[in-house]
Amino acid sequence: MDWSLFLQHMVNAISLGFVFGLVAVGYALVYGVVKLVNFAHGDVFMMAAYFMFYTSLIFGAPWLSAVILGIVLTSLLGVGIEKVAYKPLRKYPRINSLVSSIGMSFLLQNFAVVVFGGIQRSFPVPEPMKKTIVLGEVRIQAVSIYTIIFSIIVVLILTFILQKTKTGLAMRILSRDFDTARLMGINVNRTISFTFALGSGLAAVSAVFWALRYPQIFPFMGQYPGSRAFIAAVVGGIGSLKGALIGGFVLGLLTVLIPAMFPEYSGYREAFIFLLLVLVLIFKPNGLFGQEVGEKA
Amino acid sequence: MRKLIIFIALLLSLSITFAANEIMIGVTQPLTGNYAMGGQLGLRGIEMAYEEVPSVLGRPIKLVILDNKSDKIEAANVVTRLIEQFKVSAIIGTYSSALGIPGAEIANKNKVVYIAPSNTNPLVTKDKPFVFRVCFIDPFQGTVMAKFAVQHLKAKTAAVIYDVSNDYSVGLAYYFRDAFVKLTGDPKSVKVYIAYQGGDQDFTSQLTAVKKANPDVIFVPAGIVGDAALIAKQARELGLKQPLLGGDTWDLPQLIEIGGSAVEGAYYSTMFDVKAELSDKTKPFVEKYRKKYNEDPGYLPALAYDAYMVLIDAIKRAGSDNPEMIRRALLTTDFIGVSGRIRFDQNRDAIKDAVIKTIKNGKFEFVTVIKGE
Repeated sequence: MDWSLFLQHMVNAISLGFVFGLVAVGYALVYGVVKLVNFAHGDVFMMAAYFMFYTSLIFGAPWLSAVILGIVLTSLLGVGIEKVAYKPLRKYPRINSLVSSIGMSFLLQNFAVVVFGGIQRSFPVPEPMKKTIVLGEVRIQAVSIYTIIFSIIVVLILTFILQKTKTGLAMRILSRDFDTARLMGINVNRTISFTFALGSGLAAVSAVFWALRYPQIFPFMGQYPGSRAFIAAVVGGIGSLKGALIGGFVLGLLTVLIPAMFPEYSGYREAFIFLLLVLVLIFKPNGLFGQEVGEKA
Repeated sequence: MRKLIIFIALLLSLSITFAANEIMIGVTQPLTGNYAMGGQLGLRGIEMAYEEVPSVLGRPIKLVILDNKSDKIEAANVVTRLIEQFKVSAIIGTYSSALGIPGAEIANKNKVVYIAPSNTNPLVTKDKPFVFRVCFIDPFQGTVMAKFAVQHLKAKTAAVIYDVSNDYSVGLAYYFRDAFVKLTGDPKSVKVYIAYQGGDQDFTSQLTAVKKANPDVIFVPAGIVGDAALIAKQARELGLKQPLLGGDTWDLPQLIEIGGSAVEGAYYSTMFDVKAELSDKTKPFVEKYRKKYNEDPGYLPALAYDAYMVLIDAIKRAGSDNPEMIRRALLTTDFIGVSGRIRFDQNRDAIKDAVIKTIKNGKFEFVTVIKGE
């Protein structure tokens, strides 16, 4: 492998890794606070892409306002889903909410097929995002650079919210124990709603960057990034935001390097990635950056 | 009262004798669900053909049209109903190979003739003596594109990027490589042969390998049109300038909608085009279709139209609506349809010419016809 080829692969890997990471951060946030493996995260992500697609298409809204409107709508959707599908199950074993989230995932996918139709649509990409930066033989998409910068900003903002604000403190306490949190005067419902609004808003933000990079939207588009986010979050240590970003990065690296190094096995990439997941679960069950937290009964 | 009963009985017996005189032909298409678009277009072709030829052997034809709802299980149920409830002699099959395979299986088991208009998967007719198709099969398309690349584009080397989880894509990729190597006489002429997996959106890794090898053409037999569009986009972003080649899945407006300028100059094979003079029947068909629907016919109505006409031709030559007799007549078919000359090989797959199209100024454009074997 020569130098420019290696660099190009690394550029591909890093930019893909940050896209995965960005999706995983929203996933990890909800898990970290509510301890819910939210299988519908990828489908909320898909709904966000459609919200933006239709707001910019129907109302002819300028691109940035369509994105903001999309993020707001998706946050509301996330809060709504929590109220309907997870809140009534909160007092039952966690497996119930997990099953409910799988159901919600199917519901959203099929809803999208019925309402938006099954065919792929093209996502509008504004001109500056279409640029490709050429450095010698290596090429970088402008979108990738925005994604990297934005992912880091998002993690910094989230860390600030969690560490320095009152709501963040409430979220952190909630992540330890709902009942104790309630006894300490924390409004559990409101804090959970806020968490879901934030998590779904993040799904929407990652959907923007995803759709700018892969401008093809369809009802099942959430499955792939959704499963990537899950693996990235587990590898990085589910619940840890920094871990999710790094987990996504590792995943991006593997996704790019497996076909690069073993072209004849490129079709079996998924198998390698799930192998990694299994290995991490065996040797480091809490992920690379996970905290040692005793499982609640 | 008694008279009335006798009259009704007479009337009933009359209608039964009349019904028995009809030749029953079943049609199944996805008229609702995911594939409804394809099903509706196919049905147009069949209805046009039926309007032209509503009777054969001096007996009226009765079309029984049932919707399989884009569902594999329903596709099987509908064929069973056509056979058991409506006692059809022959069935014109559905859009989508996935829906065609279960239906063809049941028709064959019940020894009822089944003609698939547009299913290209080899499994549709495989080991089913009562099942025929009027279109070419996937392996043929791979060969055609290799031929086109070598003869028209003067390509000496190629790269192939295919979807390992999609039978269609795997088949096209395999036969493309096989034919390309034979035509160039160089076993190393396919420099990159690399897979992705359905659902992937990022192909930069595979494309970087292709860039390194710097082939003359890149063959992308994607099973889903959106994948092809994204591969084209990412290829251009990586600075690849070679012509891209594809199969009939590319023949959809989404290719241009999503691919934009990246698919400009790409070539793909398909089965029909209004500008391809596949036979002297093409032009009148196109004109009639335009008058009726106010748009150009694509390959779906054209092939469904031909499926009906080939069936009528066989019934005429068989002189009977007995499925076994129709089947034997079909084996010796040599028919000129709107999509070209139709003959069947030993697997009852049509030997057809392929139409090559390109994308020019954001529009699909006809290039040439490549002869079948």
